[in-house]
Amino acid sequence: MRRDYLNWAIGVVGVALLLVVPNVTDQFQTFMFAQVAAYAVAVVGLNILTGYSGQISLGNGAFMAIGSYTTALLTARAGWPVYLTIPVGGLLAGLVGLLVGIPALRLRGIYLALATFALALSVTPVLNNYDKFTGGHLGVGFKAVTPPFDIPLSNEQWLYFLGWIVFFLLFVPAWLLLRGRTGRAWMAVRDSETAAAANGIGLAYYKTLAFGISALYAGVAGSLLVIDFAYVNPDSYNLNLSLQLLVAMVIGGLANIWGPLFGALLVVWLPYVAEKAVNSKPDLAFGALLIVVVFLAPNGIAGLLRRGLLTLRGRRQEASQTTGALEATPAEADQIAT
Amino acid sequence: MDLLLAGFSFTALIQQIVSGAGAGAVYATLALALVLIYRAMDVANFAQGEMAMFSTYIAYALVGGDFGLVGAKLGFNGVHLGVAGAFWIGSIVAVVASFGLGILIERVLIRPFEGAPLLTLVIVTLGLFSMVNGLAGFNWGYVFKTFCCPFPQSAVNVGGVSFNYTDLGIIGVTMIILAAMALFFRYTKLGLAMRAASLYPESSRLVGVRTSWMLALGWGLSAAVGAVSGILVAPVVFLDPNMMQSVLLFAFAAAVLGGIESPLGAVVGALLIGILLAVVGTYVPGGENLRTPFALLIIVVVLLVRPAGLLGRPETRRV
Repeated sequence: MRRDYLNWAIGVVGVALLLVVPNVTDQFQTFMFAQVAAYAVAVVGLNILTGYSGQISLGNGAFMAIGSYTTALLTARAGWPVYLTIPVGGLLAGLVGLLVGIPALRLRGIYLALATFALALSVTPVLNNYDKFTGGHLGVGFKAVTPPFDIPLSNEQWLYFLGWIVFFLLFVPAWLLLRGRTGRAWMAVRDSETAAAANGIGLAYYKTLAFGISALYAGVAGSLLVIDFAYVNPDSYNLNLSLQLLVAMVIGGLANIWGPLFGALLVVWLPYVAEKAVNSKPDLAFGALLIVVVFLAPNGIAGLLRRGLLTLRGRRQEASQTTGALEATPAEADQIAT
Repeated sequence: MDLLLAGFSFTALIQQIVSGAGAGAVYATLALALVLIYRAMDVANFAQGEMAMFSTYIAYALVGGDFGLVGAKLGFNGVHLGVAGAFWIGSIVAVVASFGLGILIERVLIRPFEGAPLLTLVIVTLGLFSMVNGLAGFNWGYVFKTFCCPFPQSAVNVGGVSFNYTDLGIIGVTMIILAAMALFFRYTKLGLAMRAASLYPESSRLVGVRTSWMLALGWGLSAAVGAVSGILVAPVVFLDPNMMQSVLLFAFAAAVLGGIESPLGAVVGALLIGILLAVVGTYVPGGENLRTPFALLIIVVVLLVRPAGLLGRPETRRV
């Protein structure tokens, strides 16, 4: 029973924290935390694809671009209400994700990483090329959103709540999916395709599904981010964006449902801190952190916290037994399976 | 000799093919570097391009005396090779230094992950990518630098087609590297040991091959070959921390097209891709922007239709 109390306590503190943050931070900080929500949505999506189902994607930035441009173009050119474009952007990206997932079935491991790397690098030039449709390098801007129904919030606070409400709406289904049959199937596929297929798991179905859902989350995240800035341009969708998602996923905690929160906090705030502290881009720190985390704490920040909590409860045994996505090599898993 | 289509000239097409082959030769050197590491440890090194970029900065610093922030701090900016042929001497020193750095990187960053799952290795090489890129940007900034030139800036004209000395030189250097690699792996004991270590690590260890050091050597060689590609490309595209990103993509596409384990395949693939990109860039509207997606298309189509590439051997797998 103690366990339940502690979980509830953490949940209550978490929600309280989310409600308090926009009231104690200045406009700029609130705006940054609004972006954290968007990144967290994208990282939840990437975690489903790479962390849980084991398909390495370096190209989720491309799906974010689809969501972003859907929102920007529908709002600026077709006059759609901006909130309606969020689900549309997500579904469109998800559909493209399903389509990308089909050829991806035949690309394993390193080849999938290569192809998605190429995808990540292709977004900006494609957006620039079809400039009649996308506005080219000038980008697309639209009127910034303001709080509806005269809710007494500042614009930044409204963006913050919008972001976190959407995050919550997407987090809960992801959580349910991952702790149920689908999540187990994904992890089985990740750990050993041979064993998973032998146990009647349809590889094609689950792998494509992971791509679709991952892209859907990325698309919604892209929409949210564009709504935050009320502007989009092709240069934001470079390799760096996809790398940031990977950094956030790994450092937050691979295949950990809470990981994306920590990862998103890091990738939004670290560039700002690096700029302030050493007047530099954050790439050096991101790269070093990535390697250090993979070496010392392969389960990321969330994994460390989980371990700490379990130890706190005197369940050392269980704490030292937590395994994650990076720990069993496919060869070992195959051996276990056969 | 003008052919059928209006505005289409046969010599112009030949010209595109020639300059495409020159660009392709640059991709070929980087692809060779990728193949070296792929053969040693079955992983694509995403940091290959950034390592090459950094090596190029080393050569640039030696030749021009601009050691960036570090040089400014330690006060040796302006110290440079003031002799004729400085470009070549600086470049050779940089290639040798890259060999050492490659070994160092393997020993410090890759060794702890030997035998780790693929995802871990991909993440580590991407971490390295980010680190090297950040380091170069931090030290030298993101302003384009001029680093020129290994070959004379002129051309010979043969039958209306001009052969650029730069292109010819790059193709020549690439062929020398390919030949040297072939000789090294076929006829030297060390080359044999490296091949054995990657194919049959356990048996190799039993007969006394230090497999882990063979891997380090692979990284060293790969860094050195990559350095050559960086030094060759810098005069064409200007030196900046992101200059190798698209080159890396084209090198990946070349390696996939040629068969990712085959050095000869990588070179053939790279030349083909160089030529295709030049032709697409000229004859397809908006082709200049569409080069990157075109490389993506090549990667995907090759992997779907003939995953072993042109010169690789097909693999078999369960399920």
